[in-house]
Amino acid sequence: MTTTARSRPVRAAHAAKGRRRPRTEALWGYAFIAPTGLGLAIFYLWPVLQTAYFSFTEWGAFGGHTWTGLDNYTRLLGDPEVGRAVLNTLTYTALGLVGIPLAIVFAALLNRQGLRGVGVYRTAFFLPVVTMPVAVAMLWRWLYNGDYGLVNQLLAAVGVDGPNWIADPATALYALVVVGVWSSIGYNLIIFLAGMQAIPKELYEAAAMDGASRVTQFFRITLPMLSPTAFFISIVSVIGSLQLFDLVFVMTGSGQSARANPAYARLQTVVQLFYERAFVTDDRGYAAAIVIALLVLIAVLTMVQFRLQRKWVHYV
Amino acid sequence: MWKSARGGAALLCAALLASACGGGEQASTGAQAGKVTLSYGVWDATQQAVMQELAAEFTRTHPNIAVNVQLTPWADYWTKLKAAVSGGSAPDVFWMNGPNFQLYASNGVIKPIEEQVDTSVYPKQLVDLYTYEGKLYGLPKDMDTVGVWYNKTLFDAAKVKYPADDWTWADFKKTAAELTDPAKGVYAVGAQLTSFQEYQYNTIYQAGGHVISPDGRKSGYDDPKTIEGLKFWTDLIAAKQSPDLKTMTDTAPLQLFEAGKLAMYWGGSWDVAEFTGNDYTKDKVDVAPLPKGEKQATIIHGVANVMSARTEHPAEAWEFVKFLGSEPAADLLGKKGPTPAYDGTQSDWVAAHPELKLQVFLDAVAYAVPYPVSKNTAAWQEAELTHLTRAWTGEVPIEQAAADLAAGMNDLLAKE
Repeated sequence: MTTTARSRPVRAAHAAKGRRRPRTEALWGYAFIAPTGLGLAIFYLWPVLQTAYFSFTEWGAFGGHTWTGLDNYTRLLGDPEVGRAVLNTLTYTALGLVGIPLAIVFAALLNRQGLRGVGVYRTAFFLPVVTMPVAVAMLWRWLYNGDYGLVNQLLAAVGVDGPNWIADPATALYALVVVGVWSSIGYNLIIFLAGMQAIPKELYEAAAMDGASRVTQFFRITLPMLSPTAFFISIVSVIGSLQLFDLVFVMTGSGQSARANPAYARLQTVVQLFYERAFVTDDRGYAAAIVIALLVLIAVLTMVQFRLQRKWVHYV
Repeated sequence: MWKSARGGAALLCAALLASACGGGEQASTGAQAGKVTLSYGVWDATQQAVMQELAAEFTRTHPNIAVNVQLTPWADYWTKLKAAVSGGSAPDVFWMNGPNFQLYASNGVIKPIEEQVDTSVYPKQLVDLYTYEGKLYGLPKDMDTVGVWYNKTLFDAAKVKYPADDWTWADFKKTAAELTDPAKGVYAVGAQLTSFQEYQYNTIYQAGGHVISPDGRKSGYDDPKTIEGLKFWTDLIAAKQSPDLKTMTDTAPLQLFEAGKLAMYWGGSWDVAEFTGNDYTKDKVDVAPLPKGEKQATIIHGVANVMSARTEHPAEAWEFVKFLGSEPAADLLGKKGPTPAYDGTQSDWVAAHPELKLQVFLDAVAYAVPYPVSKNTAAWQEAELTHLTRAWTGEVPIEQAAADLAAGMNDLLAKE
């Protein structure tokens, strides 16, 4: 007892001294992130809180709102357009995940030693990423044109009569996924390339010495070592896909005329529905409820992904 | 550094004080001399120059009132205006259209005209369009009606006579059948679904139907005659005399017409600039009246100038609106812009293109029907597209789609 009693103040003093340094360091840390943090709070957090509040209100066309409790949410659950938009968005998101293995394969090909013109390929893949989504959508709108589009002209050359890709309910969503994957592959590819170049060379040398083929090396070394990168990409792309708007907005025909697209029932996304309610029919309270529901959906799906990562992500 | 900062602060204070004094001074002299600047919100970039000219002309006769023309492109105009009205910073005078008018009037954000004005100089339908609960809110600026633009080259190639001024639905259908040439990819007309003003509304009233009841409470889409007016178009698609909806989604009828793939295009008087400016159409088009169904009808619409209810200068704003609605202003507009609404000032507009029978659009005013609206027009315009798309694709019969639309529209009207 006495020993401990005697040694305690010493240890406490020591600990206190040791702790003070990190505390001032933490303060400095907070000071450094304060500008960003403040910006986040004012421009992101506050609007989110406001939107959450507005989702319980009904708005007049020129402002002014009344509290309506859960009305917007009950209406949301019974609205067939919401169900449809969520289904379309989830399908788009799921199909869009194809972009991840594709990006890994292209990254592996571009990562090969001694590949000629690697800069050209990398630029070609990355170009869609730095192009404005609206420009991309306009371009693809023309490529997909049923009568005059390049896609169908190429198909006609091999004797296939192509459909009206973005006006046909059977093809529209897939046509959209192709554009989505095409425009995001460059970004994913760059991240994967960085991931690959961080894998220690010794692993490959050792495997080669043990007689592993390049394909075996790819599956046994590259893929597992890339899994943290793949996890990051999948989180980011799922969130991005769930918020899909600009591509659909431009490709289906902007504004209200989008509804005259025969494939609209397959193309309408959650954010598009939000846009229509908020800015076309002036139903802002309901629009707020729609985005809050989307926020919950994104949170849940991200949580599920974090849970699942234990099963397939290998950290070194 | 401290010193200079303090000095700066002192300067700033001084500047603030000075500007506060200056402001007060300006306001007081302003009140004495009546020097006022009005803001004027418009959406059409092609009319910006003539609007500025009108503003200058107004200032010439009213030296105390300057006008600042504020252009907001169409795509953002209504969103921005709504935000500005909500925030109390709407322009003093601004352009209004039919579909939005009742929303603004019923919410009391635009000011009714109190002075007695002679409205007989404007088309009556437009005066009615901008009257809400017995009060007039805006003076019509311009007007437009619809006609059949046609490609003379395609008519000649198919050896079909040009439309007569008194042609009927039967004549139209016969002409359409003769003009359609699948081998050349030429269709008679495009049954467009995205512009009811040029297509569906016209045939609905020609068939003797209606879009909305006169009191704005009930949908007219379950009226068999209204359905007949819609069937006019779905029949053309079924007969392959019009491209199908998928094709028109990919390539808009206007583009098809300007590529020589459509022989006829139902379009407004505002298309004059488009077709006389386009290299392909400029020496190939002319215009005919819409064909007569059970009745003769065309939709008439026009933009009006209205005043914000919260303008700080109501008297000056009214002076400006009155000037914009006057004969000299209409004369100036007719020379450089769209068809003026003021009766008898349209001759310059017609004379500008002697090669086109533009008189057709003016003669149509006699039997024109106002653009159908209610308090929340946008809501049921969305429903029109949602339901009719299914009939346009052939997914459901037009009778079914129209009945669904009537039910949906009645629900929306009940909420207004």
